[in-house]
Amino acid sequence: MSFFLETLAGGLLAGVMYALVAIGFVLIYKASGVFNFAQGAMVLCAALTFVTLTERDVPFWLAGLITLAVMVTLAVAVERVVLRPLVNRSQITLFMATLGLSYVIEGASQFLMGASVHELDLGISDLPVEIGPIQLSSFDLVAALAAGALVIALALFFERTRIGVSLRAVADDPQAALSIGIRLPVLWAAVWAVAGFVALVAGLLWGARQGVQFSLTFVVLKALPVLIIGGFTSITGAIVGGLIVGAGDALAEIYLGPLLGGSVSTWFAYGLAVVFLLVRPAGLFGERAIERV
Amino acid sequence: MPPALATLSGLGAGRRPALPAVPVRTAGLALLLAVAFVAIPLTATDYWYNAILIPFLIMALAGLGLNLTMGYAGQASLGTGAFMAVGAYATYNLLLRLPDLPLPVSLAGGGLIAGAVGLVVGLPSLRIKGFYLIAPTLAAQFLIEWIFNQVGWFSNYATSSAISAPRLVVLGHDLSNPAGRYALTLTSVTVVAALAWRLVGSQTGRNWRAVRDGETAAAVIGVPVAQAKLSAFFAGAAVSGIAGALWAFAYLGTVDARSFDLDRSFQALFIIIIGGLGSLSGSFIGAAFIVLTPILLTHLSNAILGGSLDGGQVSNLQRIIFGALIIGFLIKEPNGLAALLGRLRRTAR
Repeated sequence: MSFFLETLAGGLLAGVMYALVAIGFVLIYKASGVFNFAQGAMVLCAALTFVTLTERDVPFWLAGLITLAVMVTLAVAVERVVLRPLVNRSQITLFMATLGLSYVIEGASQFLMGASVHELDLGISDLPVEIGPIQLSSFDLVAALAAGALVIALALFFERTRIGVSLRAVADDPQAALSIGIRLPVLWAAVWAVAGFVALVAGLLWGARQGVQFSLTFVVLKALPVLIIGGFTSITGAIVGGLIVGAGDALAEIYLGPLLGGSVSTWFAYGLAVVFLLVRPAGLFGERAIERV
Repeated sequence: MPPALATLSGLGAGRRPALPAVPVRTAGLALLLAVAFVAIPLTATDYWYNAILIPFLIMALAGLGLNLTMGYAGQASLGTGAFMAVGAYATYNLLLRLPDLPLPVSLAGGGLIAGAVGLVVGLPSLRIKGFYLIAPTLAAQFLIEWIFNQVGWFSNYATSSAISAPRLVVLGHDLSNPAGRYALTLTSVTVVAALAWRLVGSQTGRNWRAVRDGETAAAVIGVPVAQAKLSAFFAGAAVSGIAGALWAFAYLGTVDARSFDLDRSFQALFIIIIGGLGSLSGSFIGAAFIVLTPILLTHLSNAILGGSLDGGQVSNLQRIIFGALIIGFLIKEPNGLAALLGRLRRTAR
């Protein structure tokens, strides 16, 4: 039993990290209806910039600030160059544009900062911690706490601030939002900048776990099932979806893996997502789309 | 209306309505076939066969398969790599377990099996629409790759995950040399493309376009929507499956699930975006672009920078240029190079 709990808890902690990446998607999706495939590339770009700076003895806080500035610049550029010309195009077109964007960001990051694996030490110890009957890694706990804090901060930001209210207005009805004077380009750039910040946090946490390297971009592939399960438009959904995928992955790997020959986690989340799509296409917390002819 | 809803109708938005059934310019096509079947075999070197012509033709076929599903019927798919893998492994097993079957029959059989798998993968399309379809097709991509890596029966319990392909023999002729593999590829591609052209112009093809341009409207006027979607998945996966078998047998010489990963699916997607969604010739133009650009970039960077950039940096540059081109095409020329060429031809007249 304690083994089961340990696996479950480890999976849930990993799930918080998935949720963190998924929230970056939800923000952009709500504001512009874009499934941003480049989120993974943004995670890589942020982590690479940060680690390149700290390796040149730039202090942590300054490296963080510079990286944030890079991500904000990127956000503004994306809004100008990619999103604005593609206004009102189909969702799949926008998705393919972000696919192209992810190639550009990945290529540019690796061209400028190299493709080798970087160690990233955030100064968080990785010791086993006993909580009741189960043992957890202290790093995972800290990472989950940081992710949780960020999630709460984002929820407050979008609940209480002007940008948050405008965002919800745009998500509800872009034309009405435009007509009362909400400036869509500014909002898009702001949302991409926040997504860049989320990518930075995710990049640091994931990067410290598995090294800063190209495989960081694959978190995007884990985030898609999270979003399908939770719903594309809900931050709560992203969190719950992340937890479900994290726990499901961990349990499937342990209990299904030996029966099926291992590495079940490459597709398990997608299998789960397809089941959700068939039963509840809008996800657990998503808004039900109404079709008009 | 939120953007998500405005665009749920999928690929139809933002493109010119009702493309006419593919016009065939008979003279141009005859010339092209003469070059491909006569002039090239007289002049091409092994390098041309192996590095350019064979991969170009096969990727054009893979793109053509995706174009049937996505360009003509509007059903988004990121599973092209998986369908290619099914075609390759199915053909391999047919050759292995039924050695009496001639190669073309095994190749067609591999295509049909891939089509059947495509049909199953397409089943969720009856409930899920537009963009969300990338989820089940991605699930298929990962699951199928995993199955071929895990289940030894498919690779005849080979110890290495890359199994070497059997010898290519048609009617007693050994086709293992580059020219033979080119002939096999070219003949298969020509036959399949001709079939696809017939299909696209038929009632089935018209149903596909009707579903793509307005699913609800199509259903109202009596187009069998479910049948159209499933047949599009079947046809697209079958064509991609044959491409996969050729990729394994005529190009790589090994059957390896890793050569049919998600990147291959993306590549097929790029081919039809750059070449032209809903255009058969676009698949070929896009494939030429995808195959030639990296080669050109490599030569260019060698010429300009004198080899001062290592291979990794060149491939990073290629990623940047590819990504930028995709965004550029989506913004400036949503109907792809095929539409651009068509316009140029009309202006020239």
